[in-house]
Amino acid sequence: MKKPESVIIELAPRFEVGAKTALQNTQLRRNMGKATQTIRGKRAAVVNELSDWESLRVAGQHIKDDVLQHLDTYLVQLEDAITRAGGHVHWAKDAHEANEIVTRLIHATGSKEIIKVKSLTTDEIRLNEALELAGITAIETDLAELIIQLAHEKSSHILVPAIHKNRSEIRSLFQKSMNLPDLTDEPTELAAAARQFLREKFMSVRVATSGANFAIAETGSVCVVESEGNGRMCLTMPEVLISVMGIEKILPRWQDLGVFMQLLPRSSTGERMNPYTSIWTGVHANDGPQEFHLVLLDNGRSDVLADSVGRQTLHCIRCSACINVCPVYERTGGHAYGSVYPGPIGAILTPQLVGTAYADSLPYASSLCGACYDVCPVRINIPEVLVHLRGKVVAEKQTKPQSWFDGENLGMKAMATTFAHQHTYELAQHAGQLAQWSFVHDGYIEQGPGPLGKWTAMRDFPAIPPQSFRDWWRERQRDE
Amino acid sequence: MQVALFITCFNDTLFPNTGKAVVSIVERLGHQVMFPEEQTCCGQMHFNTGYQAEAMPLIRRFVEIFSQYEVIVSPSASCVGMVRDMYRFAAEVHQDTKLANEVALLADRVFEFSEFIVNRLGIQDVGAYYPHRVTYHPTCHSLRGIKVGDAPEQLLRAVRGIDYVPLTQSNECCGFGGTFAVKNADTSMAMLGDKIRHILDTRAEVCVAADNSCLMHIGGALHRQRSGVRIAHLAEILAAQE
Repeated sequence: MKKPESVIIELAPRFEVGAKTALQNTQLRRNMGKATQTIRGKRAAVVNELSDWESLRVAGQHIKDDVLQHLDTYLVQLEDAITRAGGHVHWAKDAHEANEIVTRLIHATGSKEIIKVKSLTTDEIRLNEALELAGITAIETDLAELIIQLAHEKSSHILVPAIHKNRSEIRSLFQKSMNLPDLTDEPTELAAAARQFLREKFMSVRVATSGANFAIAETGSVCVVESEGNGRMCLTMPEVLISVMGIEKILPRWQDLGVFMQLLPRSSTGERMNPYTSIWTGVHANDGPQEFHLVLLDNGRSDVLADSVGRQTLHCIRCSACINVCPVYERTGGHAYGSVYPGPIGAILTPQLVGTAYADSLPYASSLCGACYDVCPVRINIPEVLVHLRGKVVAEKQTKPQSWFDGENLGMKAMATTFAHQHTYELAQHAGQLAQWSFVHDGYIEQGPGPLGKWTAMRDFPAIPPQSFRDWWRERQRDE
Repeated sequence: MQVALFITCFNDTLFPNTGKAVVSIVERLGHQVMFPEEQTCCGQMHFNTGYQAEAMPLIRRFVEIFSQYEVIVSPSASCVGMVRDMYRFAAEVHQDTKLANEVALLADRVFEFSEFIVNRLGIQDVGAYYPHRVTYHPTCHSLRGIKVGDAPEQLLRAVRGIDYVPLTQSNECCGFGGTFAVKNADTSMAMLGDKIRHILDTRAEVCVAADNSCLMHIGGALHRQRSGVRIAHLAEILAAQE
């Protein structure tokens, strides 16, 4: 079994506990509802204008299938290509190793500060905290990441980490942390304040870190897709660039990028094309960083790869379409998921990275409505993986003696035994019809006993009618 | 045509009128209904909650009972989805090739009630009369799971006397999700609250769907709020006559 400190999750409360707290935050509900509805509409509009969208999804899925099947080959190919182009490749088996490598590389430059391109992978390994312990300050340069960093909060969305905040909340944060008492809540003014703050950093800091959206095995090129231009600054201005990338982000050929550059912007920001796409191959004299390091991170991914059903999770290109469309996420927000990865993708990725034992409530954080699967640009069957992971959670639970006293487990087993035979099933139907009488008023149960109480706490339950369908059918057959 | 009715344990026990309605419509259209009495539960609740070991015998049992029938019809989109999609997955995960082969032969013969009438029989007007204001909630498993498309709406629009009102944001889940409704009762209720708001906005007196499970969830809140709106399975509307 894995150790929880090896990854992302601090021992977060169970999903239903975190969700209950979040659901009571009326500002959050308003902000989330508005933001997710808007982005859903934008995505649908740009996806619907492509007649070959379904073929693109299938192409994306097949390329990723191929990547996962031959990951060992492609990774070595990538390493060779990058090394030939003057870059350095490092291999990290977990978060701890990756953080050590990055810290060592920064120490070697003598810099006490770094600028960062928004990167989930570095959030996953909690790089900023590791650097802080080593006396290095990491400055987030993506606007929303900066907001989160200044507010000492955690991200609630993989693409728009501050989605839970509105502009008046951001205004007061900037007023305080940037010492700008006269700042208004006009978006242009807020952006200008952040720009001013960040420009000085871009001009002075000598080391940058980034993640990577894609890396091309055949050419050794690394690609970062972004909207604000802060990424371009970080990737071109400093002397040293260190990128951290999950091993599954690799693409075999240059031409594969053509598929993903159509899938990603439409799925994530609802744009035909994102404003900034930076692609670099190793280092070039007098142009851009003169020292480039790529840290390839496993951190549980090999275990995900070993699971024939869960494996498709590694197709993910972190577009966030599933998150935006999820009716659960829309109401609870991201923090309830207790992970860098919220929403449907988080509900399947987090338990696989940390082990289901440490995130056993997440596979249940879904009504299995299937909206996520419909929008996924690489066709990850999220509902299927959720059900698969639920199977693992229960199987693990059933190996423990506590399960002998677990109400749900006992109830499920009893029902399975009842359903195994026609006569026990019919006996249970009749028993139910009789046993309910003291709870039924006017055809409904408004306060049910035992597990039914969880239902009737919020909704009425219909009484079991005195005659089942099958009893009616038999009566009808007799009468004929 | 001989049609085997897969009633589902849920409808058999809690919503027998839906089953009666399916029988009356299929017979009205000139076909014979058969009811395999050995049937109990398809195993969906167990499988989707993670109790796979408990679900597998129920899955094998279902396949054994229904394999002999040519056409199988059920008034539950989610149970049809279980048989059509999840049985294949279950057989795969449990590496049961015999089951996988049997499921492959069976899956295409299982129809949800509205897709059976519209797509298989090619009928939209079943001769129903229902003089009420009605709205329709496409359940997740009918819409995104087995993709019945607009078959239920086609049937509803052909009903004489009906005042059919489309539902706003109809594609969104009502928050039922099987055991999700109790395991994540708070989130489920937050989702249901919005669904109820949209239903009340239509001023309909009846909310219709192709799954009684989702309807029980929606109806549970409508009744708790004394809203004056009731629920009815699509088959019950179509069975109504002058």
